[in-house]
Amino acid sequence: MISIILLSGFGIINLFVGFLKSKRILLPLSLLFLAIVFGINLLDWNDTKSYFDNMITIDNFAVAFTGIMVLSTLLILPFTQHYITRNDENIGELYALILFSLVGAIMMVSYNNMLMLFIGIEILSIAMYVLAGSDKRSLRSSEAALKYFLMGSFFTGVMLFGIVMVYGATGTFNIAEIAGSAEAMGTGGVNNVMFMLGVLIIIIGISFKVSAAPFHFWTPDVYEGTPTVWTAYMSTVVKTAGVAAFYKLMDAAFAASYPGWMPTLVAIIVLSLLIGNVGAVVQQSMKRMLAYSSISHAGYLLMTLLAFNELSRSSILFYSFAYSTASIAAFGVLQLVSRQRQSENYEAFNGLGKTNPLLAFSVTVAMLSLAGIPLTAGFFGKFFVFSALIEQPNMMWLIVVAVILAAVGIYYYFRVVIAMYLHPVAEGHTPIKSTSFINVMLIIITALTILLGIAPALLSDVL
Amino acid sequence: MITALLLFWPALAALLVLLIKGEGAKKVAFIATLVEFAIALFATVNFVPDATTQFAIDVPWVERAGIGFSIGMDGISLLMVLLTTFLVPLIVLSSFKHDYKNPHVFYALVLFMQTGLIGVFVAMDAFLFYFFWEVALIPIYFIAAIWGGARRIPVTFKFFVYTIFGSLFMLAAFVYLYFQTAGTELAAHSSNVNAFYQLTMDSATQSWIFWFLFLAFAIKMPVFPFHTWQPDTYTESPTQATMLLAGIMLKMGIYGVIRWLLPVVPLGVSQWADTVLVLSIIGIIYGSVIAIRQHDLKRLIAYSSIAHVGLISAGIFTLNEQGLQGGMIQMLSHGINVVGLFFIIDIIFRRTNTREISNLGGITQTTPALSIVFLILLMGSIALPLTNGFIGEFLLLSGVFQYNYIFGAVAGMTIILAAVYMLRMFQGVMFGTKSEATEGFADLTFHEKAVLIPLVIMVFWIGLFPNTFLSISEPAVGQLLSIINR
Repeated sequence: MISIILLSGFGIINLFVGFLKSKRILLPLSLLFLAIVFGINLLDWNDTKSYFDNMITIDNFAVAFTGIMVLSTLLILPFTQHYITRNDENIGELYALILFSLVGAIMMVSYNNMLMLFIGIEILSIAMYVLAGSDKRSLRSSEAALKYFLMGSFFTGVMLFGIVMVYGATGTFNIAEIAGSAEAMGTGGVNNVMFMLGVLIIIIGISFKVSAAPFHFWTPDVYEGTPTVWTAYMSTVVKTAGVAAFYKLMDAAFAASYPGWMPTLVAIIVLSLLIGNVGAVVQQSMKRMLAYSSISHAGYLLMTLLAFNELSRSSILFYSFAYSTASIAAFGVLQLVSRQRQSENYEAFNGLGKTNPLLAFSVTVAMLSLAGIPLTAGFFGKFFVFSALIEQPNMMWLIVVAVILAAVGIYYYFRVVIAMYLHPVAEGHTPIKSTSFINVMLIIITALTILLGIAPALLSDVL
Repeated sequence: MITALLLFWPALAALLVLLIKGEGAKKVAFIATLVEFAIALFATVNFVPDATTQFAIDVPWVERAGIGFSIGMDGISLLMVLLTTFLVPLIVLSSFKHDYKNPHVFYALVLFMQTGLIGVFVAMDAFLFYFFWEVALIPIYFIAAIWGGARRIPVTFKFFVYTIFGSLFMLAAFVYLYFQTAGTELAAHSSNVNAFYQLTMDSATQSWIFWFLFLAFAIKMPVFPFHTWQPDTYTESPTQATMLLAGIMLKMGIYGVIRWLLPVVPLGVSQWADTVLVLSIIGIIYGSVIAIRQHDLKRLIAYSSIAHVGLISAGIFTLNEQGLQGGMIQMLSHGINVVGLFFIIDIIFRRTNTREISNLGGITQTTPALSIVFLILLMGSIALPLTNGFIGEFLLLSGVFQYNYIFGAVAGMTIILAAVYMLRMFQGVMFGTKSEATEGFADLTFHEKAVLIPLVIMVFWIGLFPNTFLSISEPAVGQLLSIINR
């Protein structure tokens, strides 16, 4: 709870620091703020408390997810290093917005009330709309912001509509009470048309936020146009918050109505896996490929929603973090490469293995992790997700589909690796420059990915 | 403790080698692999020839899930470990005359791969096995893709995606099996190999698990019709990678069948053994016939490898003792022979710059040592009595005959066909008149002899005293059969 208040305060401080003449202090200051919040957040471990008339509950689930989201942000922010040298722009607001959006993300994992969920999503999204368009000189960035805003606000509206219908059927916004009155309806409220319609519409709304197919169509364009650092944030923290909120909602409020919404969710998962993996194969731009891959990872993550057991909670946590570290490394290096090569295509990575072994190695580990190959965190992510699902009856076929599509994934992830190690660097291209600060961050991220690939129990046994 | 040392020493050495720039890397790598071989020999001396898993280590890895870091060696594992640790120093030594770019990375990857290979052979936990299975694949992909021939990028990529595709099915099967196991008080399930052996499932379930697992192993071996990645990959890879692939890596597939397929789903095996035997025997004939038609030496050996592996796979799926023991001994023999043959091809290629049989000839005139060594390894491959190949193929064929005499008769053609393609190759390369390319062909150097002579010694050792090795694996194979037939 303190972390929400602190983060809001820190955001405002960042806004004012932005008025200073030298903006160099903004990045270290933000990192310090995040480190403080990370520490304070952990104090709530094993100490479940409710706030604001039971609107928010800080339990271990909330603390764990807040932890990995703050940590991810902490790992993303160093890649904004080039911003602080651009003294002519108002970058204070960017650092403020990122903290504000994190407040929204924390609300999304600790809500106890549908309204709080809605407010959390809105706080997160509005900050993201602005960040998507933060590169004001780029037409693509503005296009991304507009698309994201129009689509995003439409789908939040849709979701609100669903929340209202559920309210109409149950008379409450509190998720525990919703579960209670759904059970009172008999068979989990599956036969109550208004209730079920509300549930399905909410599912559609959140699916948009986690970019699951068929509500994914904004993803490639928005990801491509958004400045790469914020794309990294979008595909990691926003997705983690979305999936965690989704899980919490289904687990706490609608678990009894499982037969009613299960087919819809299965369809969403299969479509996400299919569209994400197949779409990524045909891309020429690494950034668009990562966008499609983020759709497919939404599919893998949502598979945990089909099984409410102890394993599924920790598998979301593990998978989200594994996916986050890998994505941050990939987007981070992509940002360095695309700034200096003026291209986001695979060819821009040619010869990186020779000229910048460290960058190439961290991208390789990231790609192995995204592809789910052992020795990296991504393998155990997939492993836990499949294990969580396998105890559910009649879901073996879905695992088989997911496994086959994971094999497809290897194809496009390895195109980057091949470009880096096997293609020579183009004539006249100078090595990619990177700062020692970023190098250190990349080493930390890569070490985390490998560490979790060797000792998964560090994170999987937390929840 | 010895097992852990065997497992981690190469990885540690890999890190060490990575720090050494320049030529020193290959020497350090060679010494490290010799040390590894010494450790393996030490383990063999201390090995008690019974069916138990020895030098075992079992610590929890993901404790809550019942996944353990359990490693250990029974006779089957020990033979494979011996093969690996014996061949890797020779493979490293065989590269001394090559000037690979970034040698420290090259040798670090070879050592890292050794950890993966040893891990596969000593893992006594399904997920640990899968883990090392993939760990072994990544370095070999990079070795082949970075230091390979002109078409290396698409070819190695096909190899990589093909094998991963198969192994994902293995993973799915393991996850399913894992959830069928009874656990302990600590965890609900267990992925230990013994827990898998105790499973009883109906034959329909076993059938599909059989295919999931078989797909992964069959691609690795490779069994017809999953072999299409193999000839290209062998041809395009640098010689050392080809040796690793053909000498050791394909044994991962066979070992996987013996350890993780036959005893786990015996009903599935008995249902599909005929199909597998037919596929394997098709592979024998198909590989041999195509090998006869090859002009490129490396491709010829690659296809002959499909034929030999076909016979091993046919033998172990007969589920009788001759077949399994023959498979064990033939894995050793094939590893030794194929590494030797690929090295000789490499020697010829480096001196003449060609692998086309039609461009070669008359090499015997100036090279007594090479000719003798080549002939011995060749005879080992053809399975001439007194050589290692004879023991393995004899046991395998007698196993197949016991199973079904028609299968046995067809599979027996392997010996005739092998003689045809091998002798045809030897005639074209070594005899006849000198060609432009083979003019002034020099005999073996000291380094080359140092690689080939240990191999030749092993050809005769296995050929004359097979019991040294058969007795190591015999109790373990016997126990395996009793698990299968329970």
